Amino acid sequence: MDSTRKEWLLNALIAGALFAVPLWAWLANEPFIITLATRIAILAIAAVGLNIALGLGGMVSFGHALYLGLGGYVAGIAAHHAFHGTEVLGLPGTNQMLPIWALAMVLSGLVAGVVGALSLRTSGIFFIMITLAFAQMGFFFALSWPAYGGEDGLPIFVRNQFPGLNTARPWDMFLLAYAVLMLCLLAFAGLRAARFGAALMAIRQNPDRAAALGISPFGIKLVGFVLSGMITGLAGAMMADLTRFVSPAMMAWTVSGELIVIIILGGVGRLFGPVAGAAILVGFEVFFGGLTEHWKLWLGLVLLGVVLFARGGLIGLLAGRVRHGG
Amino acid sequence: MADDILALHGLSRAFGALKATDDVSLTLRRGEIHALIGPNGAGKSTLMGLVSGKLAPDRGTVWLEGRDITRLSVAARARAGLGRSFQVSSLIPEYSALRNVMLALQGRAGHSYRFLRPVMRDQALISGARAILARVGLGPRASVEAAVLSHGERRLLEIAMALALSPKCFLLDEPMAGLGAEGTKQLVTFLHGLKQDAPILLIEHDMDAVFQLADRISVLVYGRIIATGSAAEIRANPQVRAVYLGTEDSL
Repeated sequence: MDSTRKEWLLNALIAGALFAVPLWAWLANEPFIITLATRIAILAIAAVGLNIALGLGGMVSFGHALYLGLGGYVAGIAAHHAFHGTEVLGLPGTNQMLPIWALAMVLSGLVAGVVGALSLRTSGIFFIMITLAFAQMGFFFALSWPAYGGEDGLPIFVRNQFPGLNTARPWDMFLLAYAVLMLCLLAFAGLRAARFGAALMAIRQNPDRAAALGISPFGIKLVGFVLSGMITGLAGAMMADLTRFVSPAMMAWTVSGELIVIIILGGVGRLFGPVAGAAILVGFEVFFGGLTEHWKLWLGLVLLGVVLFARGGLIGLLAGRVRHGG
Repeated sequence: MADDILALHGLSRAFGALKATDDVSLTLRRGEIHALIGPNGAGKSTLMGLVSGKLAPDRGTVWLEGRDITRLSVAARARAGLGRSFQVSSLIPEYSALRNVMLALQGRAGHSYRFLRPVMRDQALISGARAILARVGLGPRASVEAAVLSHGERRLLEIAMALALSPKCFLLDEPMAGLGAEGTKQLVTFLHGLKQDAPILLIEHDMDAVFQLADRISVLVYGRIIATGSAAEIRANPQVRAVYLGTEDSL
């Protein structure tokens, strides 16, 4: 079986498992498991976003927690004003997820545009440091802004609403996260296969050659970075609703690191890499976290093993490397 | 002149005290191969950088079909009609030969901000790339990744990608580098036909190939052009013999 078919089979298996396990939990009345699967799905959405910048474009953003946090605060602030019946910047609050998601994506996209325009003039370690610096600015801003809880964070008393679903029920919330994840994966697969993806992946490998073919590396990378931030911002809004809480911790640099770890564990640039990676990370946290508080040490060893012996992550290990043939 | 496809006017570029390119003017006419030769360190690579847009000149201008392109970026110059090959093969290593050429066709069309239609279902792009690969003799190797092509095949793929740009002129930076006698012979024949597509500014170390191919030759020494003329004129030029031909390479 060739590696492309193997990867599709593996993807279908992962997608099936991520649906089947919470379905079983729903039937068996195990809401904790459902919420765990929902968390995996939302983390995977955030990592799908980062996978556009990091996996396709080779832009190692060490500041994607910024967009996660921005999305989270959009959801938190909208719900806060809706709950208290007050206005923000002349607008009423809302407890509807759809406008919250739209706003989270627009805001994340705008910020990613500014961050990208400034940081994409550099590369390598400088790019990593500038993206980190912007995320830290967001972190300290949220920390010192008392109107929305400052370092205590902002609770969402009633989970925001989605038409036709009762989002307070774990199973409904899972279905929503799963559907959005599948849409994001579809979008990722679509743009990767299209001319934009061909250009972005070429620029990662050889920017000088791309330029000599008439493809401006800066513009393509900037658009990729903005799309990347938008999807991670969407995940942030959903994550805040899942935990019904948003705090500066969502923008901490360790969160940016976790998103990178998810992609490396799953497979850099692979369609289902973020899903596999998020499942491994959350799985480790739950199972080894129950056994020992030093579970991160074991995660670190696994990460070391992946980097040394299985560069393609779980997907690469099981499905072989990518082929851009034809 | 109407027949000048590419024209350099008084190009200069210094790195500190070193004048790597010093008041260089030259033209590339329709249908010709204009070779640029010179000993190591003469400033050929700097001049190539100034023409392709990788480097900005301190003084002077670059014109393509009567349009001043001096301020354009590398990518904008490529879209304007400069098709270059690199001295060291510069390909997209994880892409197959076919996808490398498809990327060049995509670059020429200038449609890289398209997010929906898969490139591998774009028959115009695929058949166009296959035709170009067939023309350079890489047809049977279309699905092989660039990283595992042989050195000679990589050189041919470089040319195929320049060809896919349908450029107004070619800039070929040592296309024969590292090719064996047989490969060089084939490439000489191919380049001879290629100049009908568009004129070629050729930087080359292989003197036999240069004297076989070039309609005109310019000799670059310490950043300056000391002579321009036909192969016979260059061979006979005493200044050229003194500073260049008599020293390290012999005719």
